[in-house]
Amino acid sequence: MIPYSFNYHRAKSLDDAQAMLARSPDAKLLAGGQTLIAAMKMRLASPSDLIDISHLKDLSFIRVSDAGVAIGANTTHAAVAESADVKRIIPALADLALLIGDPAVRHMGTLGGSVANNDPAADYPAAIVALNATIKTAKRSIAADDFFTGMFETALAENEIVTEVIFPRAERAAYTKFRNPASRYAMVGVFVAKTGNNVRVAVTGAAPCVFRIPEMEAALVKNFSPDAIANIAVDAADLNSDIHGSAEYRANLVTVMAKRAVAAA
Amino acid sequence: MTQVSMNVNGKPVSADVEDRTLLVYFLREHLRLTGTHVGCDTSQCGACVVHVNGRAVKSCSMFVAQAEGADVLTIEGLAKDGVLHPVQEAFRENHGLQCGFCTPGMIMTAVDMIRRVPDLDRDKIRHELEGNICRCTGYHNIVSSIEDAAKRMAVA
Repeated sequence: MIPYSFNYHRAKSLDDAQAMLARSPDAKLLAGGQTLIAAMKMRLASPSDLIDISHLKDLSFIRVSDAGVAIGANTTHAAVAESADVKRIIPALADLALLIGDPAVRHMGTLGGSVANNDPAADYPAAIVALNATIKTAKRSIAADDFFTGMFETALAENEIVTEVIFPRAERAAYTKFRNPASRYAMVGVFVAKTGNNVRVAVTGAAPCVFRIPEMEAALVKNFSPDAIANIAVDAADLNSDIHGSAEYRANLVTVMAKRAVAAA
Repeated sequence: MTQVSMNVNGKPVSADVEDRTLLVYFLREHLRLTGTHVGCDTSQCGACVVHVNGRAVKSCSMFVAQAEGADVLTIEGLAKDGVLHPVQEAFRENHGLQCGFCTPGMIMTAVDMIRRVPDLDRDKIRHELEGNICRCTGYHNIVSSIEDAAKRMAVA
């Protein structure tokens, strides 16, 4: 399959990429391309220009601080999964990265690409919301709860480029994913994180956009155990229904996967 | 059009290509290296796996322009001086292929996994193969081939 024609540009720097984006209204950024190129081949996306930022080394890093781990937007899923620092500080995040796609896809796909695309079944949004991470762009910092605004929609402005995500440390955290057996995308993925008296539960794959479950969070603050949430269910009316599973099926899975995540955390 | 230059199997190559040229079509149609296959063309099957700068990637899901300046290794670059690479030899001896269509991708994935994953066992091999599909063998002999190759390469 061959995509529509476009003009390829290799950005020399973040500023260069930003200037090129501003010049071409139908341009798109190319990071790992593991979602975008597939969409272009299917002719679901037809950008006039691709601005390749994957070579910008200063966007590829994993830095540890007292607050947690800062991960550059160009860091691949493989690099996150293999990072001794991530495994030590937030092992659930390394586990999550290892569940994305397959080894060859993880060698190309990036954190920034996944975050900016906000696919309803992407894994990273669940970690970002549950860990209360901060998304940084060249211009500002955006809180996780404000970032993911809808299906494939985020708080990013036109021409705004994600540069890094800062993940705070968590006392206990785990991600459990019920994968579509063919695509490996999450039919339901639940990330649970506990820090002090704060518990956050974030769900991906089940609805058009990642969401939290406040009832489960409140119950887990009182008693951090699978039993505490066994009788809490989300409303199927808000969930996705497709050939892979009905909304009711996904609603049931949300509770099951949340219990498993609490048990694993 | 864009001019691209890179090393493919140790040899410098360059060409003027349409910007939308995928790496796999550059390899197959410009360089006539047809050992790298196009199977599903949607990043599922792994028949197109090659190494770019030492890491396994799906060449149907990457534009050749992204590989500018890179070292690319294809199945044609594995054997040296007429001697099969240990992974190729292990696939031959363990009957790790039937029709052979998926084999170049399987072997390139296997070389990458043996280098990357410590203490490979059959379970780990099966997990690592999740991006490569075979419709003939039932995978059993592919797993045996990779297990055998990993042992050979640990000794070597």
